[in-house]
Amino acid sequence: MLSFIARRLGLLIPTFFGVTLLTFALIRMIPGDPVEVMMGERRVDPIMHAEAMERLGLNKPLYAQYLDYIGQLARGDLGESLRTRESVWSEFLTLFPATVELALAALLFAGSLGLIAGVVAALKRGSLFDHGVMGISLAGYSMPIFWWGLLLIMFFSVGLGWTPVSGRIDLLYDIEPVTGFMLIDSLLSGEEGAFLDALRHLILPAIVLGTIPLAVIARMTRSAMLEVLREDYVRTARAKGLSPARVVFVHGLRNALIPVLTVFGLQVGALLAGAVLTETIFSWPGIGKWLIESIGARDYPVVQNGILLIACLVILVNFVVDILYGLANPRIRHQK
Amino acid sequence: MTAATALDQALLYPSPLQEFWQAFAHNKGALAGLLFMIVLVLCALFAPWLAPFDPSEQFREFMLTPPAWLAGGQWQFLLGTDELGRDLLSRLIHGARLSLLIGLASVVLSLLPGILLGLIAGFFPRLLGPGIMRLMDIMLALPSLLLAVAIVAILGPGLINTIFAIAIVSLPAYVRLTRAAVMGELNRDYVTAARLAGASLPRLMLVTVLPNCMAPLIVQATLSFSAAILDAAALGFLGLGVQPPTPEWGTMLASARDYIERAWWVVTLPGLTILLSVLAINLMGDGLRDALDPKLKNAV
Amino acid sequence: MSNALRPFLRLLLCGALAAASQVYAAGARLVVCSEASPEGFDIVQYTAATTADATAETVFERLVGFAPGSTALIPALAERWQVSADGLSYTFHLRQGVKFHRTAWFTPSRELNADDVLWSFQRQLDPQHPWHQLSVRGFPYAEAMAIAQLIERIDKLGEHRVRFVLKHPEAPFLANLAMGFASIYSAEYAGQLLAQGKSEQLNRLPVGTGPLVFERYAKDAQVRFRGNPEHWAGAPALERLIFAITPEPNVRQQRLKAGDCQIALYPRPVDIPTLKADPALRVLELDSLLVAYIGINTRHPPLDDVRVRQALNLAFDKSAYIRAQYGPGGASPAVAPYPPTLWGHDPALSGWPHDLARARQLLAEAGHADGFELAIWTRPGGGPTNPNPGIGAQMLQADLAAIGIRAEIRVFEWGELIKRAKNGEHDLVFMGWAGDNGDPDNFLTPNLSCAAAQSGENQAGWCHAEFDALIARARQLPDQAQRAALYRRALAIFHEQAPWIPLAHPKQFSALRRDVQGFVLSPMGSNNFSRVRREP
Repeated sequence: MLSFIARRLGLLIPTFFGVTLLTFALIRMIPGDPVEVMMGERRVDPIMHAEAMERLGLNKPLYAQYLDYIGQLARGDLGESLRTRESVWSEFLTLFPATVELALAALLFAGSLGLIAGVVAALKRGSLFDHGVMGISLAGYSMPIFWWGLLLIMFFSVGLGWTPVSGRIDLLYDIEPVTGFMLIDSLLSGEEGAFLDALRHLILPAIVLGTIPLAVIARMTRSAMLEVLREDYVRTARAKGLSPARVVFVHGLRNALIPVLTVFGLQVGALLAGAVLTETIFSWPGIGKWLIESIGARDYPVVQNGILLIACLVILVNFVVDILYGLANPRIRHQK
Repeated sequence: MTAATALDQALLYPSPLQEFWQAFAHNKGALAGLLFMIVLVLCALFAPWLAPFDPSEQFREFMLTPPAWLAGGQWQFLLGTDELGRDLLSRLIHGARLSLLIGLASVVLSLLPGILLGLIAGFFPRLLGPGIMRLMDIMLALPSLLLAVAIVAILGPGLINTIFAIAIVSLPAYVRLTRAAVMGELNRDYVTAARLAGASLPRLMLVTVLPNCMAPLIVQATLSFSAAILDAAALGFLGLGVQPPTPEWGTMLASARDYIERAWWVVTLPGLTILLSVLAINLMGDGLRDALDPKLKNAV
Repeated sequence: MSNALRPFLRLLLCGALAAASQVYAAGARLVVCSEASPEGFDIVQYTAATTADATAETVFERLVGFAPGSTALIPALAERWQVSADGLSYTFHLRQGVKFHRTAWFTPSRELNADDVLWSFQRQLDPQHPWHQLSVRGFPYAEAMAIAQLIERIDKLGEHRVRFVLKHPEAPFLANLAMGFASIYSAEYAGQLLAQGKSEQLNRLPVGTGPLVFERYAKDAQVRFRGNPEHWAGAPALERLIFAITPEPNVRQQRLKAGDCQIALYPRPVDIPTLKADPALRVLELDSLLVAYIGINTRHPPLDDVRVRQALNLAFDKSAYIRAQYGPGGASPAVAPYPPTLWGHDPALSGWPHDLARARQLLAEAGHADGFELAIWTRPGGGPTNPNPGIGAQMLQADLAAIGIRAEIRVFEWGELIKRAKNGEHDLVFMGWAGDNGDPDNFLTPNLSCAAAQSGENQAGWCHAEFDALIARARQLPDQAQRAALYRRALAIFHEQAPWIPLAHPKQFSALRRDVQGFVLSPMGSNNFSRVRREP
């Protein structure tokens, strides 16, 4: 097992360097430079421009810049934003909890609803409910996310006034960021109603971001469940006279969960990508919006290291999924 | 059940195509999707004759006219007009061309190199294979939308570059899928037989192995066809899509976003069109999967 | 062990603090839905309007200020000033008893004096200054305005007296000193930071003399200020000012309607009628110092031919454009580089009419009866001068087609657009300019002078010797009437030569709830909330 983990870890190293090289190259291939963007339509004196580029270390040859960058990474330094002069790490730490909170809420929504709908649809295969769930989940899977978000805002927030339009909490509350997770911070603040208010702000964005994972999980659960229910051991369990609920949940669902968990893992990357759009629509102060803006501002350190951090996260999650899979399935473990 | 049908088919064995069609037609949703797609393709092919107006013609006296059945609507503009007084129906019909083009072109552009790289990776598991797979891992590690945004920013916005960006982003899925399928087939007896018979490497790759790996690839292609339309719309939403005045659905939606309160139709109708088209393609994809490969029925 | 305990203690402390601080009375609290995050709080490093709103208009003050809602100059940190007869030396008498903010991160030991003024300017001007190299970004505003090439030296004449000596007379100089980059910092605070090796804190936790004291910034979410009870002009009515950062204009509007915020900045012009119809809201509007234009690249044939440029002007249906882009009453048509509300305008000057016949005739005279091909450049996302860039480009394309010119639209992402436009790669480019000191020169020299054509931000690449000489002379004259006369002559040349298609002077809008009093829009486009009160 250990050698399996070591082998997998070994594969991560070239991937990691590849990501650094790719992001480093991509951002520099975009025309325009940070100084130009900073000055906008204003005058850029060529001498000042050269001086500024020198101060930013951008006048060196590209290979030297890349080596600097790798050296910096080796020291654990993620550099600072060219725009805000804040360290990339601290900006990431302020914004990332917001994205994680949103993503977790979306996964919770998608996971719980998707599992239930999938299981019920599988049990009542061919029924109206089954067709309904499959139809709706396919529609969810086909949804242009930003359009969906706008429609929900128009309907629930503007039309019915049930949910707030945007933001993480009502500004009436002055919540000191302690953990960065608004739900936790609002509880810690001890202000009355703050927690519920933060929760209300989370509902719509979580639904929007969770729509596609919901569809995927519901479909996945249904098919995994159908597969498992046909297996011999389930039939045996039934024959033994176990209660139907026990058969479904203990024997069926537990085994059906394995492929579903893989999908969970795969959805992490998709969630972070979807977060870009969701965060834009709901003014959610997370990393998606941060990175898009940084690409626009040619904020090299933020783009390089922000994407690197996300990539590491995705790699890590998939690594853990791999390992779990290897634990569950010896065949995979011994494969090369 | 399987025994009975096998007997039937033994008596009256249908051609593979017929068999495929029977399985496909069995799925009502897939049929509905196919029907919608046929309408869409017809719209795309005959757009200039079907559309009542030129999609770029600006009727400046009729800016943001509501659909005909609403108060203030005009019968000449059945679905109303947009912020420049252009007929929405005509733009949607012409938009079908572009959206289908984007879907098709990006699928082809990622399918072909994807298959090639996947085959190479599968056939050379010592050196080339791992290299290719690491590269794909790297691309998969980056959030796809951010990668697409960066690519469009490098190449500049526009129809062709949007297609490129989407094709590049969806490449890894094909490579992984092809390689996995190839690895599964390589140990089969028929491959060994072909090898022993002295088949050349390209022949082994393309003629012997590839056809047996096509089923999952075709399914993936339909999935990424619909995903491409959504991605193009998302890029349009971020202002990096197709250039105006080209009536691409996502770009229409993005530029109309400002009018969501004053003129719901300019936002709702393109969005609805995207949703329905993507849904139709996905329904077809489901049917295809069921028909092509019963094994895959249980995958997502 | 102690490490493990620390977060816990911090939690306890925060809980206690939060419990102690009551939710403030609604009347003393103002929430503004703003359009973007401030880039930082060391204003001299930045140029964005949103950054200035959160720093220069709250925490910081300058020697002189703009009177609320106008371009007139009034005393601020300088009580009075004298200008020498040759226009080369400006002596400022600082206000006595001005206190810097007392905050958790800084306790001032002295009041404002000449050292603070010197520090604030020398930092930007003197390469030897210990803080000069600490600004990695440089000082973009001061550099863009070439302040270092203007100021000879700054003398401390006494505890409360400073003198600026210029290299050449510069009429807009006083107005320049009212701009954000001329904000006065606390030299004492800077000294402490440098001594502690925490110089980067200047950009995070600002200290100034202004009516509002910085409290906290949650990135991309909110900026919080409290009223400064010790302000020299008296404590502001506001106890709290909060910027709720809301980039989507739709959402800003929804939040305003829902009462989440009391002021929504930059509503879209198309939404103004709906906002005005809402009884709970008020819409403020002002003719601002904005100009939207299409730069015609005069270096690209056939656009070097003045007849072709005139034909372009004649072909474009400006009134239809203004209606579609800004909505009814959202903007006034532009005929000159700066709005008619500014002095030095020529009321006799009228714009090119929409006249296709004459446009075709001019094209034919220039030898292009069959038209030609060109590219229209624009950006993807909207800004105040060009809220929906797609509209303008598509209307121009349609209008040019009417006189046989086949135009292709090319959308470039902003950073690339400005770089390429400065290189002069475009044919026609949609641009905008926001005046920031209320002087006509602020529009002309940066955008239309020969020097600007050289460096690129004159997108027309237009260098007209007579025009250039006129504006250069006007720049050095002290007398406004004389300057105005020169500007009128320059405008006539501009109109005749048509290096731009001047589009519009968009109006500036803000939407507020009815209980908000005392907020005035500034023609410079800045937003200052220090005099706002809420009266239900």
